Amino acid sequence: MKVSFRWLSDYVDISAPLEEVTERLTMAGLEVGGMQVIGAGWNNIVVGKIVGVDAHPNADRLRLVTVELGKQQSTVVCGAPNLTIGDNVAFAHVGAQLIEGDSGEVIQLTSARIRGVVSEGMVCSEKELGISDRHEGIMILPPEAPVGTPLSEYLGDTILDLDITPNRPDCLSVIGVAREIVAVLGGRLSIPEIHCEELESAIDSFVSVEIADPDLCPRYCASLLTEVKVGSSPQWLQQRLLACGMRPISNIVDITNYVMLEYGQPLHAFDYDRIHGKQIIVRRAEKGETMTALDGVERTLGQDMLVIADKERVIAIAGIMGGLDTEVTANTTSVLIESANFNQAAIHRGSVNLRLSSEASLRFEKGLSRDLPVVALKRATELMLELTGGKVAKGVIDVYPGKRQVEPILLSAAEVKRLLGMEVGVSEIVRTLELLGFGCEQTELPSSVRVNVPWWRTDISCTADLVEEVARIIGYDNIPTTMLGAPLPEHESVPMLALRRKLRSILVSCGFQEVLTYSLTSLEVMSRISPELQLTGAVPVKVANPMSRDHEYLRTSLRTGLLSVLARNQKYEENGIRLFEIGKVFLPQEKDLPQEKEMLCAVLSSSQGGLSWRGEAEPVDFFSAKGVVETLLSRLELAASFETGGDESLCPGRGADITVGNDKVGVIGELHPKVSEAFELSGTAYLIEIDLDKLESSAGGPKKYEPISRYPSTTRDIALLVDEPITHEQVYDIVKGFSLVDQVALFDLYSGEQVSVGKKSFAFRIVYQSPTHTLTDEEVDKVQQQILDKLARELGASLRA
Amino acid sequence: MVLNQLEELTSRAFDELGKVTNLEELEAWRIRYLGRKSSLIQILRLLATLPLEDRRVAGARANEVKKTFEARLAEKKTSLELAATLSLQRESLDVTLPGERVLLGRLHPTTQILDEICHIFQDMGFQVVEGPEVEWEYYNFEALNMPADHPARDMFATLWIDFETEAGDRPMLLRTHTSPVQIRVMEKSPPPIRIIAPGRVYRYEATDATHEWMFYQVEGLAVDRNITLADLKGTLFEFARRLFGKERKCRFRCDYFPFVEPGVEVAIDCFVCGGAGCRLCGNSGWIEIIGAGMVHPEVLRRVDIDPEVYSGFAFGMGVERIPILRYGIDDIRLFYSNDVRFLRQF
Ligand SMILES: [Zn+2]
Repeated sequence: MKVSFRWLSDYVDISAPLEEVTERLTMAGLEVGGMQVIGAGWNNIVVGKIVGVDAHPNADRLRLVTVELGKQQSTVVCGAPNLTIGDNVAFAHVGAQLIEGDSGEVIQLTSARIRGVVSEGMVCSEKELGISDRHEGIMILPPEAPVGTPLSEYLGDTILDLDITPNRPDCLSVIGVAREIVAVLGGRLSIPEIHCEELESAIDSFVSVEIADPDLCPRYCASLLTEVKVGSSPQWLQQRLLACGMRPISNIVDITNYVMLEYGQPLHAFDYDRIHGKQIIVRRAEKGETMTALDGVERTLGQDMLVIADKERVIAIAGIMGGLDTEVTANTTSVLIESANFNQAAIHRGSVNLRLSSEASLRFEKGLSRDLPVVALKRATELMLELTGGKVAKGVIDVYPGKRQVEPILLSAAEVKRLLGMEVGVSEIVRTLELLGFGCEQTELPSSVRVNVPWWRTDISCTADLVEEVARIIGYDNIPTTMLGAPLPEHESVPMLALRRKLRSILVSCGFQEVLTYSLTSLEVMSRISPELQLTGAVPVKVANPMSRDHEYLRTSLRTGLLSVLARNQKYEENGIRLFEIGKVFLPQEKDLPQEKEMLCAVLSSSQGGLSWRGEAEPVDFFSAKGVVETLLSRLELAASFETGGDESLCPGRGADITVGNDKVGVIGELHPKVSEAFELSGTAYLIEIDLDKLESSAGGPKKYEPISRYPSTTRDIALLVDEPITHEQVYDIVKGFSLVDQVALFDLYSGEQVSVGKKSFAFRIVYQSPTHTLTDEEVDKVQQQILDKLARELGASLRA
Repeated sequence: MVLNQLEELTSRAFDELGKVTNLEELEAWRIRYLGRKSSLIQILRLLATLPLEDRRVAGARANEVKKTFEARLAEKKTSLELAATLSLQRESLDVTLPGERVLLGRLHPTTQILDEICHIFQDMGFQVVEGPEVEWEYYNFEALNMPADHPARDMFATLWIDFETEAGDRPMLLRTHTSPVQIRVMEKSPPPIRIIAPGRVYRYEATDATHEWMFYQVEGLAVDRNITLADLKGTLFEFARRLFGKERKCRFRCDYFPFVEPGVEVAIDCFVCGGAGCRLCGNSGWIEIIGAGMVHPEVLRRVDIDPEVYSGFAFGMGVERIPILRYGIDDIRLFYSNDVRFLRQF
């Protein structure tokens, strides 16, 4: 909401400096988001009066204008068409800063010789002064403009740009803001009395109003003016509309807009003679009904929309926009002014459904006071009588089915203290509320007051609302600062949070960069994680109104985002990339919110360290990825096993299922080349995916300490020859199963010329240790023989010669 | 006889000493020629058995030899040590060569700031909880005092889920703020409550350098007897002090959110201009960081908490805004496009 400081000064004397006004308004909830000074650069520009218009000796389209400037006169060359002796104008002396009419650039006025005549100054258009874009002619000032006075003194203004919160439609008006200024800075609010001289004939004899749907229209008021002369409105009125960002149209329309800005009540003027049947019906639209609005667009209306109709057709979409048919035109002589109250939800819905909003709808949808229509109507009528030469019928139409009693609210000093945490005496409470126009009555209780809410405050309905009023007038900066005291609520630990934090820190220390990718993606991207480029599983959750096709479906896997990010980063990152994300995936559920599952996904690509002067870095392969998973799980005290498996995104035979206990918690493996290709990845990538919910549920119980043996250990290396299909795990499990075996480590794997076809060789280092005594060589030999026997028996393994 | 032995010993010792190249060999030489079992010491012991005159001459000579050995030993030791130092210097490192790269990743800047925010509130006794990102309209709006067609709903451009009830309603959405977690917590647990809820939120919004359709918020809620606006002010000022440092000024002003009353906005003085006004702060000198207020009595009533007995405060803040301010990041889209060159800077 743009508010002119000059206009505000009509209702309240503002003695405080501008900074204080904006600061206090902002603190009290009316944020001053910006400020614009009109006339800041109007040096050397004064009010002048045209006293002579003569022909230019050398040019037909130019005139010599003589302007009276108080103590002197000046004659300048001017090409404007609207030069009339006696008009007051803005006169710029040489040296004034102006906006060049055609280019829009700021220029400094210099003395010029135009077609042989020296011109020392200029008569200005609105555009040249920076007031509006009008440049067809010079700006005509009102007759009362004091000749010789600097223009900035006469017309200069400051426009405050206020961010009005949706609860304060009363402040979408100059008077509303003036009330706030009085409340936060003191002073007296003076709203002039309204006087209208009415005709003999009563309005009822001209028009009737019926509210067919009172649930959507609690009140409808109207007045009728006859013999109006439609024309342009006076300069001062136009100026104020422009200052508030509205375009002047005609005196009738300008007055309705002016009163809307002044009081906050939207008004609408109908051409009375075009209302069929002299009847206004406020009703819901009928099925398929259409109307062409003032913007020239024909719209089909919905049945839940409220319209203003005459006997035959819709003449306005209530509270949103009037119809073209009944628009006030230059030929209009009688005007019906509507000032009504409409249901805020209906206007909001209508405006959203029609994708049409207006200054009126923006106000109605916030809920206006039902007491406002009559006041605003009278004010508009007064201005029309004054400025259009019309006459007004006796009385106003006032159909008011939605009248209701507003109950006073009881407020105690104890309640104020309970919510604010600060002691405010009853007298102080009363003082602050009265500043805002609330009425306070004493009650039987000494520390309570009965508060009557002023009619314009539709946002106040409970004690908390009143407490806020008290607080913002006292000033939020005067609220003390205290810390929360005891008791502390009982807290339950959330294992998932701890798990996530732990996983993140382990992965980071394993060289992985965390990424966070969008939750929404497209079906196309989702399909890339299968080599057939087809979606598997249920249809993902879809957004009804996506911003783009790229972000239309909720992700069902973290792979899509992560692989896309990997591909993007490969473009400028030569060294190995390791990325991970911990986040939610969304699995659809019948008639319910989707299941939000916590997942971990990580990818590795290329060599780990990149180029180094110390030699080649280790290449990344399946076992690099597996090492990460082993590190992760062992840090979580979980024993994992890996079985050939994986899923469609992984290369067959090069992927594994990760199992903890009896639960498959995830997969690991080399990315399927088709998937790699679909994501435009370069090189081979390895993927790890773990279901955190499963991981959390398999998390081990409390840890127990294991004593460290005090006796020395004995180390033996063995090389075993086994058949190719025998896995490391099979051998390892047998060896590790012997109680004196403390550690087993594979240190070589060989298959090739040195061993026979179909065989491979494992070399293990076995560390033997007893918790109770020092092992003798004989003991170790015995156990080792038992191990070899068992390996031979169960796996056909033999010692390699 | 003894003198001959001494001469022979001396010449042998000097000969060997000449071949000594390091301190270990020198030590072996010392043991051989000056140690308790050395020939010299044995000769000295033998002296007692010689006739007096011979003893005097041989004794003098033997002691002379011993002194010479000791002197040559010290001399040699010094020269060897010097040589050792010189050779160490010859093998000195180019310490400017790059160290071996330790592979270490980093947390996403959003995770880092979330951790930072959560820690501060956890220190103040708040517990971290989470809620669903796909929500019912009821939790996102209605329960927060925003019935259908409430004008404040326009502050939250919503992404709706393509799901219709039999009645033709579309009640599922991507939460537009973390505030629905307030309702879920209050429905489940009676006061006292003291929680924060971090998480993703979504808006129907065209993206540009300052707007993103997905971002993170942290919500806070405290409900108990006698919780006041002053407590809210104290809590949030303390938070701002810990996060931004004590030199930042805080502003606590009236603002409106439908689910709180009284409503509050917390701002800090601008990082860039210090309050004078600049582009970052829209010339106001202040940067809004938190929306807050006392939980609206209607909201409490809806979750069966008696607003005449209990009161509470709630607050919410955008997360990315903080690193944006702190590091001068000029484009919010950098956060979730995940360019590693960006992420590695944090
Ligand atoms: Zn600034």
